[in-house]
Amino acid sequence: MTTAAAVRPASIEEAAAAIADLAVVRPAGAGSRAEWGGSDPAGAVTVHTGGLDRIVAHNPGDFTAIVQAGVPLADLQRHLAREGQWLALDPPDRGGTVGGLVATADSGPARHRYGGVRDLVIGITAVLGDGAVARSGGTVIKNVAGYDLGKLFAGSYGTLGLVAQVAVRLHPLPAGTATVVATTDDPAALTAAVLAMSRHPLEALSLDVLWRAGEGRLLVRFGGVTAAARAEAATRLLTGVDVTVVRDDESIWAAQRAAQRGAAVVKVSALPTDLPAVLAAAGPATVVSRAALGVSWLSFPAGDDLATRVAAARTALAPRPTVVLDGARLVEQPWPAPDPGMLALMRRVKERFDPTATFRPGAYVGGI
Amino acid sequence: MDGHELVERLRRVVGDRWLLLDAHDLRTYESDGLLQYQQVPRLAVLPGTGDEVRECVAACAQAGVPWVARGAGSGLSGGALPVKDGVLIVLSRLNRILEVDLDNGRVCVEPGVTNAAVSTAVAPDFFYPPDPSSQIVCTIGGNVAENSGGAHCFKYGFTTNYVTGLEVVLPDGAVVTIGGKELDPPGYDLLGAFVGSEGTLGVATKIWLRVVPVPEATRTLVAFFDSTRQAGEAVSAIVQAGIVPGAIEMMDATTIRATEEMAHAGYPVGRGAALLVELDGAEAECDAQFAQVTDICAAEGSDDVRVSRDEAERALFWKTRKAAFPAMGRISPNYFVQDGVVPRTTLPDVLVRIDELAAEYGLTVANVFHAGDGNLHPLVCFDAAVEGQAARAEELAGRILDVCLEAGGSITGEHGVGVDKRKHMAKMFGEDDLAAFQRLRCAFDPEGRANPGKVMPTPRLCGEVPGVYRQHPLEAAGLAERF
Repeated sequence: MTTAAAVRPASIEEAAAAIADLAVVRPAGAGSRAEWGGSDPAGAVTVHTGGLDRIVAHNPGDFTAIVQAGVPLADLQRHLAREGQWLALDPPDRGGTVGGLVATADSGPARHRYGGVRDLVIGITAVLGDGAVARSGGTVIKNVAGYDLGKLFAGSYGTLGLVAQVAVRLHPLPAGTATVVATTDDPAALTAAVLAMSRHPLEALSLDVLWRAGEGRLLVRFGGVTAAARAEAATRLLTGVDVTVVRDDESIWAAQRAAQRGAAVVKVSALPTDLPAVLAAAGPATVVSRAALGVSWLSFPAGDDLATRVAAARTALAPRPTVVLDGARLVEQPWPAPDPGMLALMRRVKERFDPTATFRPGAYVGGI
Repeated sequence: MDGHELVERLRRVVGDRWLLLDAHDLRTYESDGLLQYQQVPRLAVLPGTGDEVRECVAACAQAGVPWVARGAGSGLSGGALPVKDGVLIVLSRLNRILEVDLDNGRVCVEPGVTNAAVSTAVAPDFFYPPDPSSQIVCTIGGNVAENSGGAHCFKYGFTTNYVTGLEVVLPDGAVVTIGGKELDPPGYDLLGAFVGSEGTLGVATKIWLRVVPVPEATRTLVAFFDSTRQAGEAVSAIVQAGIVPGAIEMMDATTIRATEEMAHAGYPVGRGAALLVELDGAEAECDAQFAQVTDICAAEGSDDVRVSRDEAERALFWKTRKAAFPAMGRISPNYFVQDGVVPRTTLPDVLVRIDELAAEYGLTVANVFHAGDGNLHPLVCFDAAVEGQAARAEELAGRILDVCLEAGGSITGEHGVGVDKRKHMAKMFGEDDLAAFQRLRCAFDPEGRANPGKVMPTPRLCGEVPGVYRQHPLEAAGLAERF
């Protein structure tokens, strides 16, 4: 039995050998989301993915890449950009790795157009508790052979196994961008603007809301050679809000991504039409919403009564499920209580994949 | 519960009319769309509600009887092939659209609703993008089981990208709601695991789907080339230019000839390849990119680019493409439809390799494919009346999958593994991979009752968790192996 508190395998084989010898494992990337999920038990050995640092393949003609878990997302994007491509995932960047991104299924504004981690991972290689190295999917963008374990591992928070390597679908970088910015302090008008936009075939890259200190902004980003013209055209769909088009829009979106983090962040799953209720429940928190998807992040600044403010917001959002991401340590339970039937099924999945309870026991939904 | 008790219990659940015991009635269900496999089930039930489905599954669980769920039976991998001593649960009566909520871009349907009916229910402003060729008859429940794609999935994605929630009856008879109308339910993504699981994890009785606005503009062209290699280069050039067409479909010379006899679209018989490219989206972007695509086709060697002038002509282009499978019946008494995937850039070399194999076997292989995502549908032609030719054709179809795997592809892009491709699974996946699949299967269905004998290459047993080894009767009889 290995006694070190941390190991740093340099290959998937080394990771498998190390994990087979460990009783309790906590996979870790760059630590940019280290706080997320429940607490790990004392004695958990951290398996750092930093040594799994290879971009194994980039096939520009096929718009695919194979990348190991420890590669920082920013490094991967720089590599892909040389061919005018990217992995269309843009979570707030604090140096996080591809593996951490997959394990937490984190996302950014590009999710509106391209989907999330689950939609872009086309193959996965995972190390299980007994050291087995299991693959699912492949390296082609269309494939229905076998079960899709990539989706199962996406967002599993390292509780089923170590995500060691993924194959991903890539997209072309947009030729140009422009963003419609609509401003209002009226939640009803803001929601009406969101629904007006989301019912039209705009093919926007992103459709986000930012709500801060009683002021709301709808941000709709267009990409392609005609981005600016389409943004101008889209403004005609909006009434009752102040509208401008911003062509040099990168800073707007950098700020929007940054607002998705905070001293405490509560993520809520809702519907687009729930936006007024979500804004009301947020109180003084800043809200970032993928408005056409209904997924929002409430971001709270630091302060003495932070835990109380988070708890109040979660209560106000109920019965919508909420997860505390940043600031998870402030609360007793960062996860919502799952439906008993789903919990039983998820437990069975955990028991089959990790029968020895090696991976982060107790850190997941329902104490899994 | 003995066999008689099971029958009586099922009779009470669905009523006399919807319980089929007679061999003649059951014959209707002996095959799905893949006719070379036939198996009459012990009995069939046609429940009328989700609750009746649950009761049927619970009755099977108590009686220890395996079952298979079936939608329209249009699948092409034998995924809905009945089990000899099992119950067939036919879902065609569960055909209600339960909710349409366009503000939130959602519909909720029962599994027996057809794929096309979903788009009809949200027309004219919205549509449901996955569009398998069988969309007029195939059901959403079957699409969920198979993770169906279609011609437009290169741009729009597959069934799995559109399902947000499922009410599922698990093989033990319990009902769970996985996901729902909202996205990102906290916990394992069991939706992702269930969609495409080919009926082996349970049966969906209610399905929430995402629908999207109908694109502002659609532009369609067909370009003819001297060879599939040339057409393949054009596809590469289009995609490399950063254009993501709604669809890019290719037909080879044999397919052009066969479809022209049927669809009479005025296609030049004798040309090496036809490329159908459809762009959709915002009108301005669409027009800009369409001009680019037209130029690329010319630059890559097409001297015959036909742009659809109206909806009628566009429909004719698609009719011709979709006629490819049935049209093959005009040039060959029988054919197998293969379904393989290769990385798109390997297409030209793979097609040469397929031609070489066809010559080696002395058989004709026509090629029609979703070129954008490298999904090939080689049609292996044969004459069943000629002794041994069917077997040779089947062997050739298998060799084509080997070529796909050697190129870094997959044994199936959209038809599924079913019974037909079980034997190829071990070529694509290793022991640890298959064992991981089995872990998922056992979490949902430890007794192996839901659609047994599909997907996995050999029957496997689950064992206890945590496992104290006990020999299973099937294992003792040498009929299954344990992991």
